[in-house]
Amino acid sequence: MAQLVEGETGRWEMVIGLEVHAQVISEAKLFSGAATAFGAAPNSQVSLVDAAMPGMLPVINHTCVEQAVRTGLGLKAEIHRESVFDRKNYFYPDLPQGYQISQYKNPIVGRGEIELDLPDGSTRTVGITRLHLEQDAGKSLHDQHPTQTMIDLNRSGVALMEIVSEPDLRGPDDAAAYLRKLRSILRYLGTCDGNMEEGSMRCDVNLSMRRAGDTEFGTRTETKNVNSIRAVQQAIEYEARRQVAVLEGGGTVDQETRLWDPGKSETRSMRSKEEAHDYRYFPDPDLLPLRLSEDLIARIRESLPELPDEKKRRFMDSYGLSAYDAGVLVAERARADYFEVAVAGRDAKLVANWVITELFGALNKTGRDVTDSPVSAGQLGALVDLIADDTISGRIAKEVFAAMLETGRDASVIVEERGLRQVTDTGAIAAAIDQVLAGNADKVAEYKAGKDKLFGFFVGQVMKATQGKANPALVNQVLKERLSG
Amino acid sequence: MSAALTRLTIAEALGRLRARDISAVELTEAHLAAMARAQALNLFITEMPDQARAAAAESDARYAAGTAGPLDGIPLAVKDLFCTEGVATTAGSHILEGFTPRYESTVTAQLRRDGAVCLGKANLDEFAMGSSTETSYFGPTVNPWRRAGAPATDLVPGGSSGGSAAAVAARAAAGATGTDTGGSIRQPAALCGVVGLKPTYGRCSRWGIVAFASSLDQAGPFARSVRDAALLLRSMAGFDPKDSTSVDRPVPDYAAALTGDVRGLKVGIPREYRVDGMAGEIERQWQQGVDWLRAAGAEPVEVSLPHTRYALPAYYIVAPAEASSNLARYDGVRYGLRVEGENLTDLYEQTRAAGFGAEVRRRVMIGTYVLSAGYYDAYYLKAQKVRSLIAGDFRAAFERCDVLLTPTTPGPAFPVGERQDDPVTMYMNDIFTVTVNMAGLPGLSVPAGLSDDGLPLGLQLIGRPFDEETVLRAGDVLERAAGFTALPADIAG
Amino acid sequence: MALDKATVARIGHLARIRLDDASLDTMVSELNQILTFVEALDAVPTDGVAPMTGVVDMNLRQRADVVDDGGIPDRVLANAPEERSSFFTVPKVVE
Repeated sequence: MAQLVEGETGRWEMVIGLEVHAQVISEAKLFSGAATAFGAAPNSQVSLVDAAMPGMLPVINHTCVEQAVRTGLGLKAEIHRESVFDRKNYFYPDLPQGYQISQYKNPIVGRGEIELDLPDGSTRTVGITRLHLEQDAGKSLHDQHPTQTMIDLNRSGVALMEIVSEPDLRGPDDAAAYLRKLRSILRYLGTCDGNMEEGSMRCDVNLSMRRAGDTEFGTRTETKNVNSIRAVQQAIEYEARRQVAVLEGGGTVDQETRLWDPGKSETRSMRSKEEAHDYRYFPDPDLLPLRLSEDLIARIRESLPELPDEKKRRFMDSYGLSAYDAGVLVAERARADYFEVAVAGRDAKLVANWVITELFGALNKTGRDVTDSPVSAGQLGALVDLIADDTISGRIAKEVFAAMLETGRDASVIVEERGLRQVTDTGAIAAAIDQVLAGNADKVAEYKAGKDKLFGFFVGQVMKATQGKANPALVNQVLKERLSG
Repeated sequence: MSAALTRLTIAEALGRLRARDISAVELTEAHLAAMARAQALNLFITEMPDQARAAAAESDARYAAGTAGPLDGIPLAVKDLFCTEGVATTAGSHILEGFTPRYESTVTAQLRRDGAVCLGKANLDEFAMGSSTETSYFGPTVNPWRRAGAPATDLVPGGSSGGSAAAVAARAAAGATGTDTGGSIRQPAALCGVVGLKPTYGRCSRWGIVAFASSLDQAGPFARSVRDAALLLRSMAGFDPKDSTSVDRPVPDYAAALTGDVRGLKVGIPREYRVDGMAGEIERQWQQGVDWLRAAGAEPVEVSLPHTRYALPAYYIVAPAEASSNLARYDGVRYGLRVEGENLTDLYEQTRAAGFGAEVRRRVMIGTYVLSAGYYDAYYLKAQKVRSLIAGDFRAAFERCDVLLTPTTPGPAFPVGERQDDPVTMYMNDIFTVTVNMAGLPGLSVPAGLSDDGLPLGLQLIGRPFDEETVLRAGDVLERAAGFTALPADIAG
Repeated sequence: MALDKATVARIGHLARIRLDDASLDTMVSELNQILTFVEALDAVPTDGVAPMTGVVDMNLRQRADVVDDGGIPDRVLANAPEERSSFFTVPKVVE
């Protein structure tokens, strides 16, 4: 949904495309046998190939290829039966070869698409331009020494997928929805852990502005180093306002690379670093074209999990959930799996409500993931069963759930120990009602005189007298009988 | 005794070692002595006498134990482009001075596995870029051969594997490794009067060989006989999972292919190699080769390789382009020379200006230019298309013949310094050899005779991909017919 | 198309090779000589010709996803002109 920017001279529309670098989940690097694990001692996960020693040669990691194909299939994209690895030449100390092995003209994956789930429950399709495999660079540490930059090559050669979107996004919320959905798909596929804090998913933002209603694109900037969804939204808002100010001031936007400064929440030009970049791409003569067999593609296609969009539709169709609830549940595969265990043989809407409102709410408060939930899916289902068979009321259930979160124990145990079982004995309820009515004779008189609103007061008093354990429907029923008598 | 030992072919030496008639230590000592006598030729960048003696002693122990390998005790020179573990590897460049690899190239590891003894790291053109071994940072190598009329004039050994070729010619090594990107084995072999073989691209692993132009580079042997080259290739060749362009197919017993029988073999004579202004002595030598093969029962057929004249210009786009990228890693950060600068760019630019010699700088510049924005299609892409046409020419020719016969070089060895100032004239040395690299084919240079002023001339045989056996078989017949026994004056005397 | 001094200087910077004024002049003439030589290719019709992409006709071989390398910082750093706490170092890069 377009979010227009109000300028001095009219309204402007943002045109946004995102380039996401997603670290491939693999044990070893793209072209060497060194490990990819995060956080190792400097230069300890470096082979002689990664350090670009003379005479060293790349050999591609089969799993990385499969992961790219798997991701391409998950993005409903064309898988190119033949793709080519190129060298992107530039000098930088964390790029030991003096070139990055990437894919330029012939990427492994072509056009695909992603369905965005928008806040109003609607969906919109965003085009994927391409996905290619490339090497990550090493890490330059600029703040460890007063006069030196220190180089750690542990990341050098780790496999990345660069996933490029079409300029189909129209605002920060679109961009956020895109990134969330992409991350969700990558995690479902098991091809990238989507962890933006550790840098395993990084984002560059291409943005241009045009007057609302125009169909031509304006000049775009590319903002790099935007490494959280929140930062992407902020960078887009900042850059959109900056470009509008430039355009309305009679200036022109320079096609340039900018850097997001998370400290100052602004973008700034990187032109100094960019001077005379000319990457001199050419096919890497150490490698041959990568050909994929139909068998391999078919095998990967068959092994794909149910992806979020399909799962969402199924949740709506077979469980009767709303688009919103289904969307929340499928956003993470673990959440969807949790729900599916909890819902088995139970009222889907009731279970969804418990999972989304109570469980996710509680987990969010403590910053935990569903995989770390102290209450298992089976336990939550059993709790819902206690509500359904009138063992406890919904209100008591919340109390039981709080205790479950704290102790991890089963609902039935907590209910028994604490004597929370719902009172469904009409005699006991009638006795409690009689007591309440006897103690409030004046209010009974007022009620009978026509003050109907007092009915709620009596219900409350009865519930209080039964520590909330009385079955609310029975209370209503007996109370009505007594008061009309 | 010692001189006699250095005159042995590898095949002969192996026979006497196996018979325990000579020891590996004796054989190595004889070659170390020859190396010492040949100091003026500047054959080696790094000599390895101690390691060689130790390795030879181990060889003798294996002969005693009956566990000797196929090349056990054979002393070889290794082009200083092969990384050797614990031994300085320079690629003939200042920029790698002081670099000691902690790994061994696959090819040299296989030679060691089979018992070969490494005498030292042979001189070469810097990063293998040259045809005369004059671009080495460590000074030019001198050809042991001298012109009949001008014995005082130092001649080049050819290049880039000039140190390897000259060491074999000077009897300072029984054989040698080289690499061939545009003729760097065959051309110096021809100019030094020895046998040089460039195998099919993918036959020998490139792992651990300092890269010049990755799609053209191929390692191969130098030796004093075709049979010796066959023996060396058998150890050097083979599949290497560490090189994505290495081909997984069995290594034949190449020496077994030397049947001496070429009856019915169709020998293609490419008409386009009869270039304008070809020296009479070259043309005569070529015709002589045709006659020898015909006399042995082969059937010469004229064939056409129409794009031959474009191979050299295409090569001078493809090779520098790849080199400009391959040499980007020499930046003063992780190994080799570093010239400190005010900032990073300054460090890079000073290091690379000081570390690379003139020819390397030129080629890196040309390569950078032809890949740069706006020029890629006109140069690099065009050259790779021409390359397809050249490969197509060979495919068509090999439908009509089994092997091609051509001169190896347009002329014999030339004086040191004569062509250094004129890069393009220097490039013409590779005119007959470079097509083979462009198409990835095997090529063999066999010494065939002497020029008018007494210098060796070579003939080249070119084969189908992975048909080194036919090339060697024809080369063996050519060698027998030529009976090339001449020796450089210093050695003969 | 002849190269001028400015272009050669730009190429020198792209290749990170310092060229002083004198060597720049020499380089201009040498590069132009080489370019003239290679421009012979212009005469070859190549429409519809596929560029050579691999010298050997085979599929790209792939390695298994196994960690069998790395863990050798001493060997990686052994030839470093400058090293500090297992890092390579260069003059500070100002971002």
